Formats: sequence, C-alpha cells, structure tokens
Amino acid sequence: MARNGVGREIPERWHGKRLVPYRDPYSLRPGADRATRSLKRVNPGDRKVVATLQEAIERAGPRDGMTISTHHHLRNGDDVLNHVVRVIENLGIREVTIASSSIHPVHAEIIDAIRGGTIARLECGVNGLIGELASRGELDCPITVRSHGGRARSIVTGEVPIDLAVIAAPCCDEYGNMNGVQGPSAFGSLGYAFVDALHARTVIAVSDNVVPFPAAPVSIPQSAVDWVVPVQRLGDPAKIVSTTTRVTTDPVGLQIARYAAQVIEASGRLRDGFSMQTGSGGISLAVAENVRDMMRRQDVKGSFGCGGITGFFVDMLEEGLFRALFDVQCFDLRAVESMRRNRNHVEISADTYANPFNAGAVVNQLDCVILGATEVDVSFNVNVNTESNGYLLHNTGGHSDTAAGAGLAIIVAPSIRGRLPIVKDEVTTITTPGETVDVVVTERGIAVNDRHPDLRAELLRRKAPVKDIRELQRDIYGVTGTPRPLELEDEVVALVEYRDGSIIDTVRRVKA
Amino acid sequence: MIEQRLRRTLLYVPGNMPSMLQNLSVFGSDAVIIDLEDAVPHTEKDAARRLVRRFLEGYRERDKEVLVRINALDTAWAYDDLREVLPALPDGVRLPKADTPEVVERLDTLLTEFEEELGVEIGRFRILPSIESALGVINSIETAQSSTRLLGLAFGAEDYTASMEIERTKTGEELMNARARVVWAAKAAGIQAIDSIFADVSDMDGLRRETELVKGLGYTGKSLVNPRQIEVVHDVFAPKAPEIAHALQVIEAIQRARQMGTGVISLGGKMVDAPVVKRAYRTLRTAHAQGLVESMPDEEILHG
Repeated sequence: MARNGVGREIPERWHGKRLVPYRDPYSLRPGADRATRSLKRVNPGDRKVVATLQEAIERAGPRDGMTISTHHHLRNGDDVLNHVVRVIENLGIREVTIASSSIHPVHAEIIDAIRGGTIARLECGVNGLIGELASRGELDCPITVRSHGGRARSIVTGEVPIDLAVIAAPCCDEYGNMNGVQGPSAFGSLGYAFVDALHARTVIAVSDNVVPFPAAPVSIPQSAVDWVVPVQRLGDPAKIVSTTTRVTTDPVGLQIARYAAQVIEASGRLRDGFSMQTGSGGISLAVAENVRDMMRRQDVKGSFGCGGITGFFVDMLEEGLFRALFDVQCFDLRAVESMRRNRNHVEISADTYANPFNAGAVVNQLDCVILGATEVDVSFNVNVNTESNGYLLHNTGGHSDTAAGAGLAIIVAPSIRGRLPIVKDEVTTITTPGETVDVVVTERGIAVNDRHPDLRAELLRRKAPVKDIRELQRDIYGVTGTPRPLELEDEVVALVEYRDGSIIDTVRRVKA
Repeated sequence: MIEQRLRRTLLYVPGNMPSMLQNLSVFGSDAVIIDLEDAVPHTEKDAARRLVRRFLEGYRERDKEVLVRINALDTAWAYDDLREVLPALPDGVRLPKADTPEVVERLDTLLTEFEEELGVEIGRFRILPSIESALGVINSIETAQSSTRLLGLAFGAEDYTASMEIERTKTGEELMNARARVVWAAKAAGIQAIDSIFADVSDMDGLRRETELVKGLGYTGKSLVNPRQIEVVHDVFAPKAPEIAHALQVIEAIQRARQMGTGVISLGGKMVDAPVVKRAYRTLRTAHAQGLVESMPDEEILHG
C-alpha cells in the first residue's frame, strides 16, 4: 500500500498489474514509444465483406484471454457489444477483456457472460448495474475506470493492447470507409473509435447501412479496416441520440447556472477568443445560454466549443459566436446534421481531444469547462464515478481531462440531492483532483479554490454569494444534517485511473 | 415616515412542500410568503401548519422578510394557523380577503394578544392585507389606515376578477381602475403597494410588460408564483444608470449643503430639498440591493 498525492491508499499490485500511485496532475511523463501493430497487405480483388459478425470474428483469430473493444456513440441504444459477447460465447472463447469506451445499462445482458467466465476483466468504466453488482462484491470482474483522454492514452501506449475492435458505422462502404453522419442510425462523430481503428490488431466495421464503394465523407478510412459486416440494426435508434436537449426550467438549476455565468464573467476570460465546453445536462445548457447572452451583449467573438456537442452549440457556431466546434460525440440530431454540412464542425478523436501524452490535446486550449459532480469535498476533489452509497454507477467521461486542461474548471451541482449533501469532508471516490478544480457552484453559494484569490475578490466585489467551501458545507449540513460515513471493505473492486495512467483512487466493496 | 425596506418581490412558497421550503433561502426575492391558504388542500391544513412552524424554527439566519399567508379570518383554520406559526416568529401575516377595515382590525387584536402571550414586542408582527374583491377595492382607502402594523396593501387580481365575474387578461385593462384605487389608498397612507401575481410562468415578456405597467402606476413590488420570475421583476425595478448618477449627485449636493448649515441647495439649476433627497435615497437603496452601487449613504441624510 502507498498513499498517493490526494491521500488515498493504493495497492502496489492489483490483478497482476503493478500500479503507479497518482502524484499530481501534470508531472508524470511517458517513457516509451507508441504501440505498434503488424503491417498488412490487401491485394486487388480481395474482398472485405463477410456475412456475419461470427464469421468476421473467426477470421480475426479469436483466442482465450483476448481484448475486445467497442465504442459508445450508440449510448444506451447500443446492440453491438451485446452482439459481440453473444458471438464469443457461441465460439466458446473464455476470459476475454472488454475495453470499450464505455458500458451502459443496456449492456446488463453481459452480466451472465461475466458470471459464466466468458468475460474476465473490464478495461473501461461502467454506467449502471454492472458497477453496482461489482461494488456489492457480487461480480468477480476487475474494472479499470478511465477518462476519455486516459483511455486513448492507454491504447496509444499499448498498456491496453486491443486484439479486436468492433466499430459500429452508420455508413460504411464495402471496402471499410466509414462515417457517422449518414444512414438511419447516424449518430455523428466517431471520435472515440478512431484510436481503436488505428491500434487494434483487427478492425471490424458493422453497419446497418453498407453502401457501394466509396462512402463519402470518410471519417475512418479503408486502410484501417479489415472486415465489413452488414447487420439489420446497430441498436435502438430512439435511444442512440436525443432528438432534443433542453435547458432546465427548474428554478434551483437556473440559479446555479446564473451563478456559474457570473463566475465566468468575473474571471475575465469572456473576451474575443473565448472557448468553452459544457455537458448536455439541463444546468450545463442553462449556463451555456447565459454565456451566449453575455457574448451577444458584450459583442464577444469566441473561438471554439468542444466535447459532446448539442444543438445549442451548433446555434452558437452558426451565429458566429464560435469559429469551430471540436466534436468527439454528438448529443442530439441537430449536432449530427451540423457535422454533416458544416466543415467548421470538426470531428476529432478522443486522442486529439484529451490524451495527455501527445503533442497537445484540445482540452489544453479550453478557457472554461462546466462539469457536474455526484460529490465534491472541502479540498475541491470531485467524484463522478460513485454515488454516496458507494456504488460505482458512472463513467468518468472527459471530466478529469477537461478539468486539467481548462483555464477555469467550474463544477455545477445542486447542494442537496435526494436529501444528501453534495459537499462532504471527503468524497467517496476521487475522479478529479481538487488541484484542477477552480470553482464549485451550488444554489447556496459559490466556493472558489484558494489558488484563485483574485477571482474570489472579484466575485465578492460583484456581490456574488461567495462562501468558503467549509462554510458552504456547514450551510448544507444545516439543512440535511451530517451524513453517516459509508462502511467499506478492504477489497478493491475497481481502479480509478487518472488520465496519465497513475491511480488516483480505488473503489472498494461496500459492506453488506 | 419612509418605509425603508425593499419589497420588490414577494415569492409564494406552498406551506405543505418541504422540498420547496428548504430552498427558500436560495432565491433572491426580497420577501417570501409561505402559503397556508390556497396552496394547501383542506385535508393537509394541520400538517402544513406544523411543517411551517418546524421549518421557521430551523431557519435562523433569515436573509429575507418572511410572511405567512394564513387562511381567511372567517374560516375555521385562521386562528389555529396563527397559534401554531407565530411562536416561530415570522415577520408578518398576509391576510387574504381583507374586504373591510374591520377584518384587519380583528387580526390586529389577535396579533396583539399573541404578542403579549409570547412576550415579544407589541407591533412586531406586521400585516399585509390582500385586496382581492370589489368590496375590498372600494374599502381599500379605509383598510390602508386601519392598523399601524400594515406594511402595504397587496392587490390580488385572480380573486378580484373572479369576484367581478370577468376574465383576467395579460394586458390588464380590466384591472386598471382597481389597481389605481389600491395604489392611491396605499400611497395616501404612506405604505407600499404590492401588485398581483402573474400566473403564466413561461411568459417572461408578459411578466415584464405587466411589471413595467404597475411600476408606472406607483406599485413598489409584486407577488410571484415562481422563483424564475424574480430576475425580471428586479430588472424592471432596477434604477437605470442616469438615475443612479443623478441620485449620487443629489446626495453629494445635500451633504455639502448640510456642511454649510442649510437644508436646500441648487444642483444644475434645480433645487434639491427633502423630497428630492428622499427619492434619491430610494433610488440608491434599490440600486444597492442589486449591486449597482458599492455603498449606501447613511440614513441620517434623510433627516439632516
């Protein structure tokens, strides 16, 4: 056991892997070259289309203990991962590692494959039941949670060598050129799958829309793709992208958004060239709306918006408030439509977006990011992975990447959720270190990290409700009371990896 | 006497909803009206009363005025409302159906009895009567003079239009005569005039138009049904930059005058005297509440 830079006990080894304890957000440097894969030769006349996914996987040379990846642009409508798992069960392959970009509640059917020994390990974070079962000690399957940038890094460095990547393509031609903007399942950016396409030993495209050569535009090129499998459907289109994303109407959420906008204005960053990322949640969108109005009033011409893109950001692009959007994932159909027709709506890979080990990720250029939290603590550490019951229920997304990259990382969250206080002495799990978190905004006040005395003074001058974070915590506890501490066992069921590959925290089994 | 307290926004909060009560300190309205009347179904009256009392007992760091709307005095619930809630020390009572001055006087007497029983200062509990019927509008001039506890008159357009058997419109022509009489009554008595709620919470433009209208008539505040409405109303009541600049000049001029031992001085060719100072002071008070000026002149300035 070693105590890491945020005070968490990290085991030296875990399931055969030597762990590097997290030290700080910026100093760890890569000490090796990029991972490689074998060269290939495809001759004129060779065909790539195969009739079934099983046939394609058989050609990839399946073996026990292999690592397979999918990507999560189909979100909770995805059927591809379930399909892959059914095939490998059929083929009798054992102890497979799944290294998808994320796992959603729709993938609960792979629980049987974990219990049956087909799947032995998850090199990815999870949303929903799988994480809950693991937290209760009911699932024997080590989980490593990574951020989007961290996942890209782990593949590029070869820490997670992918044997087989199965990429869901809304449009794919017979020779493997794909894009995400055409066809009945169009979900927009293929951003998370780029890294897999470039590094996996075998790349299979599955598509419900196989078109004659060539598919254009090309996002992932034929030169990276080994096999093409036509399928009836990729999943449930109704759950793939939202038809609309809406600004919240909840007065508490709107109050938080107003305060957050006040923080952005007071920070002095809202000037020509301003860049921003927000999530697709109602509060995030309300912040974006406030910022948009301020940009209009003050005639500020921003530079770019990034991350998961919504129609709201598309409007800002079209209005001239941003010059470009950098998109790893479209959150609604307007974003998909925009990517299809606007060259300044740029599809980027998770590597370009957020990998700390390249020649500079997009997140480094961000002025401001608006992020959520399940908990924050008095050291500004943020948890988005576990809930206060200790269950691992959410993946990291770009949280720790953007917090580290952006000049101003603002956490927005209601102060009380389901009777529980959001600000605690210590978060259950540290996803994002307090050193990279600048401001916590709740409807009961704004807490500014001590590293920004100027911002704090400016907010006070503007009569914003600034509170010391402990004072904010006291006010919230005044309503909720002090929560009883969670009881955890020693057993580690999951690792939370920081974006640079060091271990920032562990998830322990919750006492029954 | 000038009523010093700002009451631009009086936000209704249902007295039977803990989740909304707990957020009461979060929103920036000048006052809240915790409702035991229309928001609470008959079967929940006693539970709501107890909830409100417990809540107020725990709400110690009060950053806004707290009124409780009790049930009308002619109901079986009004007395119990007062008995349960007053020990938790709200700032005042919003009295529905204040059709006659006698109704207010009855409440005044009850409040005095409770103040004696609780051992608090007589006159501590203020009254905001709701003028919300044709009879109430006719009697509003006497009602406005009926008690020293009054902090204002509140016009209730929903019940008023019902009593008139007419529709309430968003442009409000049907309310003009009633609104005018209520604001006269209040101004003549030296108390504030609070306008009715605007029910359509999604129509911010309509709310803005109505607020501009009543501000022009002399109303100093508005009752609200949703926290989202606060910002618009405050924005309408916010003094504009030239008004603030002028008010600051007035205060500076009168300070100079006082140093010279006089109560009157000329500013840009216009005479500055007590009423002008009073208006300037009010402008700065509102501006200060909205963070538009850094500091407030001392209240002494009014008395010279």
